[in-house]
Amino acid sequence: MLEASFFQTMLLTFELAGIVTLILLSIGIPLGYYLSQTRSRLKPALEAIVSMPLVLPPSVLGFYLLLAFSPKNAFGAWLDSTFDLRLVFSFEGLIVASVIFSLPFMVHPIQSGFTALPPSLKEAAYTLGKTPLQTLWKVLLPNIKPSLLTGMVITFAHTVGEFGVVLMIGGNIAGETRVASIAIYDEVEALNYDLANQYAFTLFVISFAILLFVYAVNKSMVKSEFK
Amino acid sequence: MITINITKPLHTADGTIELHVERQITDGDFLTLFGKSGSGKTTLLRIIAGLETPKSGRIEVDGEVWFDSEKNINLPPQKRNVGFVFQDYALFPHMSVRQNLEFALKNPQERAKVEEILSIMEITNLAQMKPAHLSGGQKQRVAVARAMVSSPKMLLLDEPLSALDHAMRLKLQDELHALHQRFGITSVLVSHDMSEVFRLSNRVWKIALGAITDDGTPSAVFAGQNISGKFKIVGEVLSIQKSDILYIVEVLAHNEILKVTALKHEIENLRIGDKLLLSSKAFNPILTKL
Repeated sequence: MLEASFFQTMLLTFELAGIVTLILLSIGIPLGYYLSQTRSRLKPALEAIVSMPLVLPPSVLGFYLLLAFSPKNAFGAWLDSTFDLRLVFSFEGLIVASVIFSLPFMVHPIQSGFTALPPSLKEAAYTLGKTPLQTLWKVLLPNIKPSLLTGMVITFAHTVGEFGVVLMIGGNIAGETRVASIAIYDEVEALNYDLANQYAFTLFVISFAILLFVYAVNKSMVKSEFK
Repeated sequence: MITINITKPLHTADGTIELHVERQITDGDFLTLFGKSGSGKTTLLRIIAGLETPKSGRIEVDGEVWFDSEKNINLPPQKRNVGFVFQDYALFPHMSVRQNLEFALKNPQERAKVEEILSIMEITNLAQMKPAHLSGGQKQRVAVARAMVSSPKMLLLDEPLSALDHAMRLKLQDELHALHQRFGITSVLVSHDMSEVFRLSNRVWKIALGAITDDGTPSAVFAGQNISGKFKIVGEVLSIQKSDILYIVEVLAHNEILKVTALKHEIENLRIGDKLLLSSKAFNPILTKL
């Protein structure tokens, strides 16, 4: 019984992190590319918004998201009536909240990856007749693979480790919103130190394995460019 | 025939200046844009390629309008069909030499052309290598080869030899010259190396503070009309020393240091680092077979 709930919670945790990572990858590439290229005066404002989750206490963001998603408020009611979507205390709500909260962890590495590429690469592709999209896909993205990998892994790990936002917006519903970090808190509160340790140690080992993988792969990626 | 008539403000270290060019380039010319950094020569090259937009004016190439500020025409670089060789070569690091060239093909069926260019540039043996593995001179050859693959109307070269050592530079100057002879492609080179200008181009625009101050053959522009020297070398002043009533000027030319005597009026305007033309009218050198 205990085992089943443990696996359920761990599976939910990684499912959330995986979905959030994929969504953020598809947002982070265009957004990071735009930020690396734009000379718009709005750039600092946009960068500040992207970076807000880094400095805000998770509970602040969670609080406002909770208010916004609440069916009692206009936005929440609109979501409910239009899409039949209730984001408070649901898995979907956790996804939306985590996407917002992990945004800088995906956008920053991608943006700096693009910024570090010499502008002549893009210009060379243009003079060779390639469209901006072809250039992005075939020239720029393959050359920032380490940044993409870094962004994906840190986003994944950060989502796994997120606590405040998840607690505020998701609560603690087994099989729906109860992720590992919440479970640890919950078990400690109930003085179930063994179970808390089981969660904590699992997260510890998996996080280490992920980071080890990233650093090992990034090293061989850099090497392969010199083959 | 290329007709250029453009203006563009340039923000330089000495304030804002206006780049203004109103000239024509004849088909098959090898034109060098010569001037100090910040004079606007690279900007002009980038404007021709469509990488920068002039404030106003018009660019017409063989009857096709590439830019016209009045009619709001501005062809993107993709549609101008120019070959551009960047100062840093801009080879795609994740592709092999052959893939870099194949990427430039407009039609993937024309692979034979890649092989042809590889062999003309004598880089067939490098085809499988990644750019990071190539020497500076090899990268430069690949960059020129890639620019030539799509049979461009014009070859634009932005100081392509500036990062190379002297011997490699001379060799590649000869290769660029041979390439130009073979294809007759209209070429525009940005350079601040006078010997390069003499070796490669049949026409030079001297650019200073955004304006073309001289236009003509290299010897007309740099030597002036009044010197009928039978022997000329371009060099750089390394030192000026007084020796009795004469002065000894050390000149760096073709990687060798020459000591030349000079009179007071000759050195009056000379400073260390200046470029000078060394010429002799009655010249009787000793020839020794090596």
